[in-house]
Amino acid sequence: MSLKRRVFLTVLVFGLAALGACTLAPLVGSTPVSLRRVFDRSIPFAENPDAQIFFVARLPRTVAAALVGSALATAGVVFQALLRNPLATPFTLGVSAGAALGAMLAITFPVSLAFAGVSSVPIASFAGALGAVAIVYALSTVRRQGLSTEVLLLAGITLNAFFSSLILFIQYLADFSQTFRTVRWLMGDLDVAGYTPILASLPFTLLAFAVFAWLPRVLNLLTLGADAAAARGVDVVRSQRLAFFSASLATGAAVSLGGPVGFIGIIVPHMVRLMVGSDHRVVLPASALFGAAFLVGCDVLSRSVMSPMELPVGILTAMIGGPFFLWLLLRQR
Amino acid sequence: MRRDHAVTPPPDGSERLATPAAADPVAKGDCEWRPSRSPERQGRPRPLRRTRRPGIRSWVTVAMTAMVLLPAAGCERSSPGPSRAAQTSPPTRIVSVVPAVTEMLFAIGAGPLVVGVGSYDTWPPEVRSLPKIGALLDPDIERIIGLRADLAVLHGSQDDVRAQLERVGIRTFSYTLGGLDNVMGTMRRLGTLVGREREAEEAARGLERRLEALKQRAAGRPRPRTLLVFGHDPGTLRSIDASGGIGFLHDIVELVGGENVYRGERRESLRVSTEAIIAAAPEVIIDLRYGHSVSEEELKREREAWNVLPAVPAVRAGRVYVLGGDRFVVPGPRVVDAAEEIARVIMSGGEVAR
Repeated sequence: MSLKRRVFLTVLVFGLAALGACTLAPLVGSTPVSLRRVFDRSIPFAENPDAQIFFVARLPRTVAAALVGSALATAGVVFQALLRNPLATPFTLGVSAGAALGAMLAITFPVSLAFAGVSSVPIASFAGALGAVAIVYALSTVRRQGLSTEVLLLAGITLNAFFSSLILFIQYLADFSQTFRTVRWLMGDLDVAGYTPILASLPFTLLAFAVFAWLPRVLNLLTLGADAAAARGVDVVRSQRLAFFSASLATGAAVSLGGPVGFIGIIVPHMVRLMVGSDHRVVLPASALFGAAFLVGCDVLSRSVMSPMELPVGILTAMIGGPFFLWLLLRQR
Repeated sequence: MRRDHAVTPPPDGSERLATPAAADPVAKGDCEWRPSRSPERQGRPRPLRRTRRPGIRSWVTVAMTAMVLLPAAGCERSSPGPSRAAQTSPPTRIVSVVPAVTEMLFAIGAGPLVVGVGSYDTWPPEVRSLPKIGALLDPDIERIIGLRADLAVLHGSQDDVRAQLERVGIRTFSYTLGGLDNVMGTMRRLGTLVGREREAEEAARGLERRLEALKQRAAGRPRPRTLLVFGHDPGTLRSIDASGGIGFLHDIVELVGGENVYRGERRESLRVSTEAIIAAAPEVIIDLRYGHSVSEEELKREREAWNVLPAVPAVRAGRVYVLGGDRFVVPGPRVVDAAEEIARVIMSGGEVAR
């Protein structure tokens, strides 16, 4: 099968899955909703609970889940290729720890930082993510010209640990209600209650995706090693830098939108590889679509299984994804 | 959720008054050194053993040693802990890590006996100048001993601290969180413990009378469906924590004439989605803001955050109330102030809403 055909088929199949998930997700939930009433224009929106559940509660979080899922899954693919390490995740290099630190600070020391309808928590977490990216990048380039992936990895892991200790310190200082809220933030939450938070993070995600579109061929060569890639005409440093910044940007945008939803960034890429092989030209788009479908599905469960209570989506991703991944793994062998 | 609430109460839900004897290795005979325990000795302070251990001069040192050498701590009885006779007489120096109980102690006239309070204590104003002895996670045992306390009020889950204090002869009072009745119940038990039964009874009766008045006022009136919110992200409706059907705030809402929309959930608090709130259709929303003081501008912003859900009757009728202050957090005597404020907003538009 030619590559073009494979890409087309993969995108078609995974695209249908993502589309199906996104179409079905707003239809199910804790409350039965009549579709006729949802789209009944004769009832004013303010007096139409069905329409509000559909358009204010369910649709935004479905979109948010799709965005966060695909951003984390693709960022995972890019980081695994960039670091040539199958255990790399979007959170390995400290981006999420930086984001978490920002969010903890915003929750523990509430300030009126709300900007254009976005509350201080996502703003602070995005700022934290950018801060972490800047620190890791500065550390990895300080020794020599170019980007050392070993230093990148070690600096990222160290920064992760350092930020984690700061997070614990802040949690320790905070009172219980705040500590509870910060811990809850770490489990992920996609109930964004409106489109403003999505619109705020969308430009960053789209920018990252635009770079991802250019990356697959380079990632294929980078996984062979920097020297091999250079021998085949790749500008290694420039590509690594682009991969690092785009994947970090996608991660930062996703985490500030939905919290550090675990598992997706490491396992979805591996699931997709088990299904379609390891060519990044196929893996990257497939991961974007599968990540979206997977998180949308998890979010449906998170808001319906224990309703009216929310089950944190970060708990469900691993609970559902883990067995599924093992099944895929065993089936292949 | 609330400061006192984060503790998972022990299942028995009771308060325990423990005496040091229960955890006293000396009493169990697992120390070599055994003090004379004859009845005639009681009432007189135990002779200090400094003649036997001349090196240990300061009782602080003893306290530290006691903490390090826990199994042997029972033998180190030279610390100036209370004599055995003191255990039956009312305490004279009380420390409390529980803000609600501190407030109760002041309310029953035992305020002058309080010599140390928890990190989160802010009320009454007198406590601000008292030494801080930590809180649920970081109680400072050395300080408690150093303050020569003879009664320590602890959270029910602080088993380790209780055991350590009892080893050095300090009585403890374990507080567990309960519903609204627990406030008056705890006050009465405290009254008995500190020898102020009459004052405690009066104070508890006073609170009960005010609550009864609120209940009478609500009788026969429509009961608006009420959503009680403990927190959400500032300025938006993200991460909403609401009251379930347990806890003193739930009790207050129901007592003063509201009907908690999540009364059927057997939990103190639950994270709810915007979908669940639209479906629950509350007629009144009470949005509590804790801790820091709330500016007029912030109140307005928090109220307006709810406008994204116009299908909710409370939003449509303009019955979203943002209330702030730690009387909503601390289940002490001031809960009745909180109840009066909640009653005011629940009853304010009772006729208009429906």
